[in-house]
Amino acid sequence: MGKPMTEQTQTPETQSSPSTDVGKSDIIRVEGMHKWYGDFHVLKDLNLTVRHGERIVICGPSGSGKSTFIRCINRLEEHQQGKIIVDDVELTDDVRQIDSVRREVGMVFQHFNLFPHLTVLENCCLSPIWVRKTPRKEAEATAMEYLERVKIPDQANKFPGQLSGGQQQRVAIARALCMKPKIMLFDEPTSALDPEMIKEVLDVMIELAGSGMTMLCVTHEMGFAKTVADRVIFMDGGEIVEEAPPHDFFTNPQEPRTQKFLKQILQH
Amino acid sequence: MAESTMKAPKKRIDPVRWARENLFSSWHNTILTLLVGYLIVTSVGPLLNWVLLDANFQGSDPSDCTGAGACWLFINQRLNFFIYGFYPEEFQWRVDIMFGLLALSFAPQFIERFPGRKWLGLFGLTGLPIVGYFLIPGGLFGLEEVQSSKWGGLMLTLILAYIGIIASLPIGTLLALGRRSEMPIIRGLCVVFIEVWRAVPLITVLFMASVMLPLFLPEGMNFEKLARALIGITLWQSAYMAEVIRGGLQAIPRGQYEAASALGLGYWKKMGLIILPQALKLVIPGIVNTFISLFKDTTLVLIIGLFDILGTVQSTVTDPAWQNVAVEGYVFVAFCFWVFCFGISRYSQNLERKLDTGHRT
Ligand SMILES: Nc1ncnc2c1ncn2[C@@H]1O[C@H](COP(=O)(O)OP(=O)(O)OP(=O)(O)O)[C@@H](O)[C@H]1O
Ligand SMILES: [Mg+2]
Repeated sequence: MGKPMTEQTQTPETQSSPSTDVGKSDIIRVEGMHKWYGDFHVLKDLNLTVRHGERIVICGPSGSGKSTFIRCINRLEEHQQGKIIVDDVELTDDVRQIDSVRREVGMVFQHFNLFPHLTVLENCCLSPIWVRKTPRKEAEATAMEYLERVKIPDQANKFPGQLSGGQQQRVAIARALCMKPKIMLFDEPTSALDPEMIKEVLDVMIELAGSGMTMLCVTHEMGFAKTVADRVIFMDGGEIVEEAPPHDFFTNPQEPRTQKFLKQILQH
Repeated sequence: MAESTMKAPKKRIDPVRWARENLFSSWHNTILTLLVGYLIVTSVGPLLNWVLLDANFQGSDPSDCTGAGACWLFINQRLNFFIYGFYPEEFQWRVDIMFGLLALSFAPQFIERFPGRKWLGLFGLTGLPIVGYFLIPGGLFGLEEVQSSKWGGLMLTLILAYIGIIASLPIGTLLALGRRSEMPIIRGLCVVFIEVWRAVPLITVLFMASVMLPLFLPEGMNFEKLARALIGITLWQSAYMAEVIRGGLQAIPRGQYEAASALGLGYWKKMGLIILPQALKLVIPGIVNTFISLFKDTTLVLIIGLFDILGTVQSTVTDPAWQNVAVEGYVFVAFCFWVFCFGISRYSQNLERKLDTGHRT
């Protein structure tokens, strides 16, 4: 994440050619992963390899385990069987390994989850200062840089409660980026937003995708998937049902369950 | 932002209209208003006479009290005892320094623009007890030792309440965190501690601390009655505090924990920087409520023979030299408690306002 993001907003066409700047090496490997909630088998034998700089969109019906899956990648949820290796670190019970993975993985939540008692700037600086031990001055400068990139530097000294939903979500993205993560996870980042705010958040995400960030994104924004994703993953009933580049996924889905799902969401 | 040219309309209050709407809106409201008015008029006069107009403030001995009004002379004459107990007069300046530091630390908290008030407050919570620990008992740095059995009055009340309050907050916080811990042993210990202490009346705690504890302690490890009472009060209060704080912890949405974890914050940083600041802010009213009730509960130390302000007054009103001064004595005690408790309450409201960042989760 050393190089700054290109300033001009790229049009979707120029950057949609998938896998052009995708690296060769793997950054996430999920192998035969299972997870249970009590007796309930939520995730069944998931296998996924993500390369550096790849952008992956995960979709599927409600309750299919999408959130649970991406939350396993930074260990907000624990898996019981199989392997998850993130940036060459395997996720086990070892707290130090979990912490080192979390330092490299940023996450954006559906409900923003900003810290309401801290200002926007403090939200962004907190983790760099306390986890990365960055000097405050430097952390603030970095935070302002990212707030500029999500286009709200003027809100830096406000509290989250004083911002609109779209602004809050952009702050949440900036906050995650301040840790200079190698991977960004998004869990339905726009589904709690009013329609007019969805675009401002998607624009930021599209820009981020253009900068070479590895992204895993749970979303139902199919336009976003078409323009940005290298691969689309369809989950149902805790399984990965289909995995394909967006063009194939939308025009020529193989599995009946995918076809049914696409028919439902494309009707709207 | 463009400045609005429209002003918000001011709310005007017309007293006649207000009275008609609120006091005389119907015939039974009118009767109630008149009745209450009559009671106020007939009781305020005599009360005022008793407290101020007919009261005796000046004089040198009990016969100077005429008996028509309150005998404040009594309070005046015994004030030293009520404030310092048996603390020797020549060393009372040490207590005065503590009173001064207490006021210096907390009075500025009410003044918005007071320079460095944050630091003064911090001193009040950390440095002040340390200074007091050396200054009041003495025995070090060439200060004459004053046995804790000589301490009394308001000074003792403040010591008990202050230490109970500032020690129970951190202990209670740890207990609350422990009770929500994922480690079964820690959780179990905290649950047992809280449930045992909270279920026992303070009066029994004090009694056990002063009478039973020495029986269990090894020979020679017998520390003072006051210290034992303080430990009892603190642990008892911590159990209460823990439950108040746990309420706050439970009110913090799971997303806050998750966001903090996702940013790589470990347990203590997550709690200290994200969860506790929000949870404590949420339960300020509950915390202050327990503070205030502890402040008043300190009067129970009377039963183990410690003379707090109530104790000193009570022992004086039975003094045969003074007759019929019990009411004055208890009014004085009530007033002292009210001043401090009201102060705590106002301060907490101040704090709540200041910490309000306009967010409702
Ligand atoms: N803490 C939990 N305990 C038990 N079951 C859970 C828990 N969290 C989720 N589940 C169940 O696991 C399944 C998958 O949930 P998950 O949140 O991953 O779905 P999702 O695909 O993200 O759905 P949505 O689109 O509604 O967000 C659901 O059936 C849900 O009821
Ligand atoms: Mg979900």
